Amino acid sequence: MSTDSTYEHHPAHHFRDAEHEVEASKFGLWLFLCTEILMFGGLFVGYAIFHAMYPEIFIAGSKFLDWRLGALNTVILLISSFTVVMAIHSAQTNNKKWVLINLYITLACAAGFMIVKYIEYSHKIHDGLLPGKFFSYTGAEAAVQNLPLYFSFYFMMTGLHGSHVLAGMVLISWLIYRAHKGHFGPKYYTPVECVGLFWHLVDLIWIYLFPLLYLVG
Amino acid sequence: MGAHHIIPAKTFLNVLIALLFLTFVTVWVAQFDFGVMNAFIAMAVASIKGALVLMYFMHLKYDDKSYLVIFFTGIFFLFVFFFFSQLDIVTRIFEGNTL
Amino acid sequence: MSATTTHDSSKNYINHESGILSWLTTLDHKRIGLLYMWTVLTFFAIGGFYAMLIRTELFTAGKTIVDAGTYNQFMTFHGAIMVFMVIIPGVPAFLGNFVLPLQLGAKDVAFPRVNLLSWYCLIVGAAIALCSLFYNGADTGWTFYTPYSIDTDNGTVWLVLGAFVMGFSSILTGLNFIATVHKLRAPGMTFFRMPLFVWGLYSTAVLQVLATPVLGITLLLLAAERILGIGIFDPDLGGDPVLFQHFFWFYSHPAVYIMILPAMGIVSELITAFSRKTIFGYKAIAFSSIGIAAVSFFVWGHHMFVSGQSEVAGIVFSFITMLVGVPTAIKTFNWVATMFQGSVRFDAPLLFAMGFLFLFTIGGVTGIFLAVTAMDVHFHDTYFVVAHFHYVMVGGTLMAIMGGLYYWFPKMFGRMVSDFWARITFLLIFIGFNVTFFPQFILGAMGMPRRYYDYLPAYESLNKISTIGAWTIGTGFLIALGVIIYAMKKGEKASDNPWGAKTLEWQTSSPPPHENFINDPVVTAGPYEYR
Repeated sequence: MSTDSTYEHHPAHHFRDAEHEVEASKFGLWLFLCTEILMFGGLFVGYAIFHAMYPEIFIAGSKFLDWRLGALNTVILLISSFTVVMAIHSAQTNNKKWVLINLYITLACAAGFMIVKYIEYSHKIHDGLLPGKFFSYTGAEAAVQNLPLYFSFYFMMTGLHGSHVLAGMVLISWLIYRAHKGHFGPKYYTPVECVGLFWHLVDLIWIYLFPLLYLVG
Repeated sequence: MGAHHIIPAKTFLNVLIALLFLTFVTVWVAQFDFGVMNAFIAMAVASIKGALVLMYFMHLKYDDKSYLVIFFTGIFFLFVFFFFSQLDIVTRIFEGNTL
Repeated sequence: MSATTTHDSSKNYINHESGILSWLTTLDHKRIGLLYMWTVLTFFAIGGFYAMLIRTELFTAGKTIVDAGTYNQFMTFHGAIMVFMVIIPGVPAFLGNFVLPLQLGAKDVAFPRVNLLSWYCLIVGAAIALCSLFYNGADTGWTFYTPYSIDTDNGTVWLVLGAFVMGFSSILTGLNFIATVHKLRAPGMTFFRMPLFVWGLYSTAVLQVLATPVLGITLLLLAAERILGIGIFDPDLGGDPVLFQHFFWFYSHPAVYIMILPAMGIVSELITAFSRKTIFGYKAIAFSSIGIAAVSFFVWGHHMFVSGQSEVAGIVFSFITMLVGVPTAIKTFNWVATMFQGSVRFDAPLLFAMGFLFLFTIGGVTGIFLAVTAMDVHFHDTYFVVAHFHYVMVGGTLMAIMGGLYYWFPKMFGRMVSDFWARITFLLIFIGFNVTFFPQFILGAMGMPRRYYDYLPAYESLNKISTIGAWTIGTGFLIALGVIIYAMKKGEKASDNPWGAKTLEWQTSSPPPHENFINDPVVTAGPYEYR
């Protein structure tokens, strides 16, 4: 290797070689993503069923959300997905500086997403637009029957998604720590790839959440 | 095996631009009321975006096809879950069940 | 791990390292299997103790030992412990963990760290579930049906969150097994040379990965229902309580097959090994495992025939449910055909496998009765259902676990279990089981509702018989525990292949070395080349 780093990754003893380990890791990660899809899927199924039962609460509820903030978060996540891919690309081309830069941008985007989320949440909480029995908004628009259910879905879906963004931030920080130590190069970048896949899934779910919550009325 | 196939950075940039453009489209289209078609249009655009993320960012287009099988197995059983639950709810209303 | 060290034959996976810490941080699938063994045995003892309390309470009508509220808690904890902490991890995480890599000729499972994590998930989940005891316990039954589970004033939420965490344990085990089967088979081990236990575990793992996440979100929503009052399942707030049952059974019906499929795998191994004969219809048994796994996702509504579910859905679910009988029958006929004209050795493991065949057939056939909507309206929530699923879960899965434990015990500990005492435990458990649960079919048909604290005087004699049977089973399991602990310390030394079986795990020493095989195995033939 042409770099100054002395780090070399050794595959675990039960694998034939590094290639074998990469294959197994990615296979396992895709299985994990499959479980994530089914877990979020439960919420999407609930959403679809209630959307069919009470379409009016989703029309009324989505009016309380600011689509501009939702769109901003969509753009932020899309850019962060791009930078993760570029981090892998930089590792493949042995450009360690850009691995780090890309990971830092990703982390910043994730933090930005959470800040926007925080602004949205605090606004909702302030107005009493809360799930189920804690709903205390008294404006004229709240006359729609069962409107609190919309906010149940809003908070459960964005909450579960937000917790995944936080988990992603922890994982990306771990990548940055390892990247600083010079662990990633063309021969070994499996962690970047796996965390990247997880991050794309978080992005993918938001791609569906954004229109479902903010736009479809 | 395409595991170590390096995809040019330009491809990813194009995908990002397409995704941003589609985000614009979905917001723009939401201004118009197509009635029941609203949800379908929004979901169609989201699915195109999702497909781009899956194929390029998540490498499904280049990687081992078993990952594709895993992904679609998940989606299929999610659909089964949705279909039978919805079947009950819809026919319950149809039968005039009080629940 | 240096490859140049010469092998020391006195070293095996048990004495490879020592100290409690070496067990708690082990990445060796065999050691993790043993961790699971002790965990599952402990939970089984607790769950079994609750079962004894339930049956003792039902010995007479009215109050026998405890009041109704306490009885409801016993019933809930018996169900939750036995389902989430015993039967679901029982076969895959305990026997599967130990045997699967050996049978595939692999050095370990694909992700050893994840494997250890899954054990910790089970422990942490169990600890969280236990917290409910400090909040007046839980009395919802293991199914947590809404709206009662939302309104009841006690620690249900802890039990729910505990089950949520234990779900991750199950997911991680399943994920690990799928990856292991796909990626770590020894050279020459094609899919159709895999032992049938591996096929059973593989189908189970698919269910664990696909169904358990839905349980996760269901329990999360239920916890949010209690903490945040979100109302999705609460009719007071516009929600739909029957939707909860859809969510719950989308997992919990496949979960029934998570419990039984690997047990069927064990039975396939036992029957062919003790009949000294190639399994009849290898591919039919392998594919019927996959078939059962697939069909299991389409039938959950049969738990809901009287829940207020629509008639159309009921009819559809009823029809598909009966299809489950087809792959199950395929397996049963193949097992019987395997024994036909075999050189059968009636060692204790085979007795348990035959016990499985007998009891599982009764459990399976009564399942078809329950699949018929018209009959289910009568049988639903009676003791008929209780008897049916105990015939499948206890008569099926527990019989297979006991058989598998006696079968693989020499491999695990390098010592033999006393065959005589193993047969005694079989007799006590088998007879006790039938005495306990067969009267419950009659009680159910007479109309005695399940889960009730009290019953009419007309049911008393059959309940007495049932309770006496339960004590017999309890005695059987206590003796089994003694037999196993004795064999662990003082049992006769076992040879590498005491049963003369052909699968790969018998090719290595007993107990196996740390890396499973001294020379990496190469597979050139199918798993059951007897004759």
